[in-house]
Amino acid sequence: MSKSEWPLWEVFIRSKAGLDHKHVGSLHAVDSEMAIENARDVYTRRQEGISIWVVESENIHASNPDESESFYEPSDDKIYRHPTFYELPDKLKHM
Amino acid sequence: MADNKLDYILQLADNALIYGHRLSEWTGHGPQLEVDMALSNISLDNIGAARSFYQYAAEIEGGDKTEDSYPYLRDVRDFKNVLLVEIPNGDFAKTIARSFYFDCFQFHFYTALQQSSDERIAAIAAKSIKEVTYHWRYSKGWVIKLGDGTEVSKAKMQEALNDVWDYAGELFAPNKLELEMQAQRIAPDLAPIKERWDNSINEALKAATLTITDENGDWHHNGGKDGKHSEHLGFLLAELQFVQRAYPNSEW
Repeated sequence: MSKSEWPLWEVFIRSKAGLDHKHVGSLHAVDSEMAIENARDVYTRRQEGISIWVVESENIHASNPDESESFYEPSDDKIYRHPTFYELPDKLKHM
Repeated sequence: MADNKLDYILQLADNALIYGHRLSEWTGHGPQLEVDMALSNISLDNIGAARSFYQYAAEIEGGDKTEDSYPYLRDVRDFKNVLLVEIPNGDFAKTIARSFYFDCFQFHFYTALQQSSDERIAAIAAKSIKEVTYHWRYSKGWVIKLGDGTEVSKAKMQEALNDVWDYAGELFAPNKLELEMQAQRIAPDLAPIKERWDNSINEALKAATLTITDENGDWHHNGGKDGKHSEHLGFLLAELQFVQRAYPNSEW
């Protein structure tokens, strides 16, 4: 196969009504229409989905892995941010 | 009478099988992984439709016939497919040109075939129409993209459409068998299908900024429906039938 010069697209599939679109992978296509058709052919051939979103990969902005210490580790010791940290009075029901 | 219906069912099956086989030759060789998958999917859709028709044929003929008897154990003269589907793939543009003409035909033809007086044939057409609708959308999309693309892609698409054009006419030229099937309402009349096909093709060509240079007028290749094939079908069958011919009735 020749080296692709087509833009890269990220593909999101909704597997059934009521569920969220989930990222399933990426592919190459010249425009959004072709990206959806390619996604249909590559990612839904075994009944994986009922709805497709495509986003050009360059439009996705990501957090920097080098900053993961300052980004994510501070929350490691903040257990009081979890609801399970709090003891509920017995008389409180349906929480 | 039943024999003729059997032959007609085989013609429907052979068109789908040989077209599907040609597209399967792209598997692993597509210009892009995504195109490779798409052509393989379309190939499988067609081979699936062919199986449905072959199964029906085997039920009608009875005896020890199975769906495999027809693709694997007939010689080239017994195949009734149009010449269009057996021509070699050529480059991507030529493959797309063939698909463009044939998918458009299948779309309008299967739409009409759903009204067949034979319920089983109508049911197979109804099942296939969703698939064929997508095939037509796909090949039309490529013709428009390549035609209305770069100078090179436009020139290649134009040349391919001209090359394949003289094979399209056979689709709409009924042979004796088809006329008899039309009289029994088993087969649809091809004239209105031709009209719809012309409209769809012209509309797509306009969007693609392409025009067909029809140097030969109404003349077109002919004979496939009556078993008179190009040399290409023999080579295709040699590959398709090799295992069955070399190791008859082998199972795994």
